[in-house]
Amino acid sequence: MSIVTTNDILETINMIQHENLDVRTITMGISLYDCVSDDIGRLCDNIYDKITKKAENIVKVGDGIGKKYGIPIVNKRVSVTPVALIGGKSTSEDYVKIAKTLDRAAKELGINFIGGYSALVQKGMSRGSEELIKSIPQALTETDFLCSSLNVASTKAGINMDAIYMAGKAIKELAYLTKDRNSIGCAKFVVFANAPEDNPFMAGAFHGIGEPECVINVGVSGPGVVAAAIKRAGNCDFGELANIIKKTAYKITSVGQLVATDAAKELGVPFGIVDLSLAPTPAVGDSVARILENMGLEHCGTHGTTAALAMLNDAVKKGGVMASSSVGGLSGAFIPVSEDEGMIEAVNVGALHLNKLEAMTAVCSVGLDMIAIPGDTPVETICGIIADEIAIGVVNTKTTAARLIPAYGKNVGDSVDFGGLLGTAPIMEVSPYSSCEFIRRGGHIPAPMHSLKN
Amino acid sequence: MKAVISVTGKDGVGIVAKVSAKCAEYGANIIDISQTVLGGYFAMIMIADVSELSVQFCDFVDYMAAAGKECGLQINTMHEDIFNSMHKI
Repeated sequence: MSIVTTNDILETINMIQHENLDVRTITMGISLYDCVSDDIGRLCDNIYDKITKKAENIVKVGDGIGKKYGIPIVNKRVSVTPVALIGGKSTSEDYVKIAKTLDRAAKELGINFIGGYSALVQKGMSRGSEELIKSIPQALTETDFLCSSLNVASTKAGINMDAIYMAGKAIKELAYLTKDRNSIGCAKFVVFANAPEDNPFMAGAFHGIGEPECVINVGVSGPGVVAAAIKRAGNCDFGELANIIKKTAYKITSVGQLVATDAAKELGVPFGIVDLSLAPTPAVGDSVARILENMGLEHCGTHGTTAALAMLNDAVKKGGVMASSSVGGLSGAFIPVSEDEGMIEAVNVGALHLNKLEAMTAVCSVGLDMIAIPGDTPVETICGIIADEIAIGVVNTKTTAARLIPAYGKNVGDSVDFGGLLGTAPIMEVSPYSSCEFIRRGGHIPAPMHSLKN
Repeated sequence: MKAVISVTGKDGVGIVAKVSAKCAEYGANIIDISQTVLGGYFAMIMIADVSELSVQFCDFVDYMAAAGKECGLQINTMHEDIFNSMHKI
């Protein structure tokens, strides 16, 4: 063959057709700074006009690139400047109007999601941020494609426990308001520690404060490819296993880089980053849990899972970094429950519990993701789960997040179906013991120190 | 600019002829062919120069896929860069 070998060609085709290799998202980040106005009507018009103009070709270009390379580009998305930063003197009612404007822009463009209905409150809450947080339940109930996030903590600022309490209340209310749709509103809201500013993945994507006017970020996928490569390798030691994962991650990320470069060029927008995450879907053969099981664990969640995930996550980064000129976002393995067929099974057979998931998040990207818990879980318990997860991120200088769904009217043994990429979530058991007095203290947990590392 | 055209399906008379005729119709110049039949299953990989196509590349991808479907073959046409980026350092 004149270019690459027949085996290489067959390998690539096999990855796409049988191992679910795809590019998960092309996300255009758009700054909304110049939309600011003291008139809410004009602010909304400015936002709508800017987004629909900047991103008018994103779907067409994304689909075209997918066809050119014969690889599915699953999502085309937009992320914007955290809305709390451009809301000016908006009240929570005004913020809902902005939310609807963003949703209308997403529908006009034909994109899958728009992210950035967000506030950065790690150190404290400005008036605008507080109004935005109050508006989240209504905003996400009355829109379809809007995603929202809060950064409630950072390693440098510590943990804003008041913000976590407000987030917990918002989650609970959101679950109630969207109870007719399995509390799906909660799937569009995520609480972060050390949130990355160039993340292309939802629900946490926003266009960070130091980002350029407009940028293209791409998120890759490919857990099925890694799982298959490990299975093919058979019985080898960990050194060899790490090498196989690195090589596979290199190939996956190369495709992301190729697509990102093409998309940036065709859209006339600078390329930002490739997020080299392993993002699962509910489809069979597209699961991160199955990778861990192919390493030799009977079920994801058993003893050894954290070690397996730590190795996977590290090898993915090592292989991926070499394939891209600029890496960022969340970059690592995602371990959502409802969006991963192997995770769902592990929960259903009783192998995977919330405590183990929490431990796993200490060694991989993101955190407690797409986890359904009983609808009657008290707000303070939800806040306790979030605070634990956030503390892991703050102390370990990494991103962590929580996307919890207290599914209204559901209990352990039930499951909720969200459809599409969001999948099906078995309701997971939470501790019956109270966190009330702890959460109700309010205030701020100071930033951790960075010496005396033990 | 080159493309990789992969053709798979049940073996039969005239598959290479049909696919080549389609390539010629749209101005794709075949550079290399590798083909095999295993247990009645036909598999072919063609490399074609597509810089002089008479149609848009994206449309060519669709036309080839549709032509394949008519005779029970799966035809995937992909730009060479995806293979180069994945398999060359």
